[in-house]
Amino acid sequence: MMAPVATASTVDHDIDQHIDYLLHLADNALILGQRNAEWCGHGPILEEDIAMANISLDLIGQARFLYQYVAELQANGATEDSLAYFRNPDDFRNYTLLELPHFPGKSGPLAGTASAERDYATTIVRNFLYSALMQLLWPNLERSTDAQLAAIAARASKEVRYHLRHSRDWLVRLGDGTDESHQRVQSALIHLMPYTQEFWLPSSAEAAAFSAGVGPDTTSLRLQWNKLVDDALDEATLQRPTDTGHVTQGKNGLHSEHLSYVLGEMQGLARQHPGAEW
Amino acid sequence: MALKQSVSLAEVEAILSHIPDPEIPVISIRELGILRDVRLDAETDAQGDASVDVTVNITITPTYGGCPAMDQIRDDIVSALAQAGLTARVSTRLAPPWTTDWISPEGREKLRAYGIAPPHAAARPQPGVIRFAPKNIATHAYSTRAKTQNDPGNEAVCCPRCNSVNTTETSHFGSTACKALYRCLDCTEPFDYFKPY
Repeated sequence: MMAPVATASTVDHDIDQHIDYLLHLADNALILGQRNAEWCGHGPILEEDIAMANISLDLIGQARFLYQYVAELQANGATEDSLAYFRNPDDFRNYTLLELPHFPGKSGPLAGTASAERDYATTIVRNFLYSALMQLLWPNLERSTDAQLAAIAARASKEVRYHLRHSRDWLVRLGDGTDESHQRVQSALIHLMPYTQEFWLPSSAEAAAFSAGVGPDTTSLRLQWNKLVDDALDEATLQRPTDTGHVTQGKNGLHSEHLSYVLGEMQGLARQHPGAEW
Repeated sequence: MALKQSVSLAEVEAILSHIPDPEIPVISIRELGILRDVRLDAETDAQGDASVDVTVNITITPTYGGCPAMDQIRDDIVSALAQAGLTARVSTRLAPPWTTDWISPEGREKLRAYGIAPPHAAARPQPGVIRFAPKNIATHAYSTRAKTQNDPGNEAVCCPRCNSVNTTETSHFGSTACKALYRCLDCTEPFDYFKPY
């Protein structure tokens, strides 16, 4: 059990909005952790198989701290497990980007099973785009007025550096690699870049977090993020695609069809055996 | 099992200092810097009298958030103290976050002797550009180049077997969350490096 160092009373804004904001951070970590874990046993090489499992472990660890904290704040019998396993897709607050299958331009939903098609370039580009954001966001959250969130952020800041380093390395290696690897990572970039627009359109929970000093103005991170991305793409000899078009709203609970498949895989066991312990 | 009538903090500390890390059993949880606080609290009994039973309240700090060894460590503490007839309550504290800088000098030496290169100082790096170094530039010049704070993996890491700094990183991520895979270019042995955190 976590010993909370902050309680709801120390955070001077709407508790529902605050919980929504914490769930946004937690769900981002959990869903990407679950997606990356689909590579477990199927990595392109052994070291990458291990790397994905490690990164997933970090992300799921971040999610656990946040869910434990949300459960404390809700004080309605919720637990980290009930938050992860017994909420429905429209309760999840993760970016749509993070729930997509590991395949560019695939129109139909893809379950996260061992037989699903996966493209490592898609995995790498997504991890890069998200890690670049979190490399900027987590250190900002260390200054949060919510002491417990700040404590969680201080740990996550240490972890995201390794995640960004890993995905950036591979972005450059694949982009500046063979014709095939270059083409695949460029395709993944074209596919995924439009989803990053969601980073910059604040949700009401993000706006509330900003006005309460809980989190930064997310849009203020955009210039730094652009620089991180552009520098890496330059080095990787990749073209930055336009990021226009439909702006997804996963963080408001409006998800693609893919999330249901992720949750089906992740929640199936817990829902078939509610209350089971192992 | 008879509960202990009285116990000193020193006795409890002695028990705790022998609990090994589940993943790296040569180093104790104390040497790893996980133990943050140990307190002895007398419990009151049903009549409200101060009881002779003592609860040991222990605060630990998690290493990596997702590290599965944390639950094991908690269980190990409870059972080690139970064997001594003591009741333990283990709580977790997140702040300040655990850092590899808290690994004691003795712990670092034990890691080295075990074949794991101990971590460099985890001085807080600034967010910024993370440089890429191609894996195949495993030259002496690359492998021994001065560490830069912006590049946690490309520091000169000393081979725990032959002490050469002519080493190269094989993979950022190793057998556990806290380690990276390295290879010595002189004695050619692979080894683990405990990553600065």
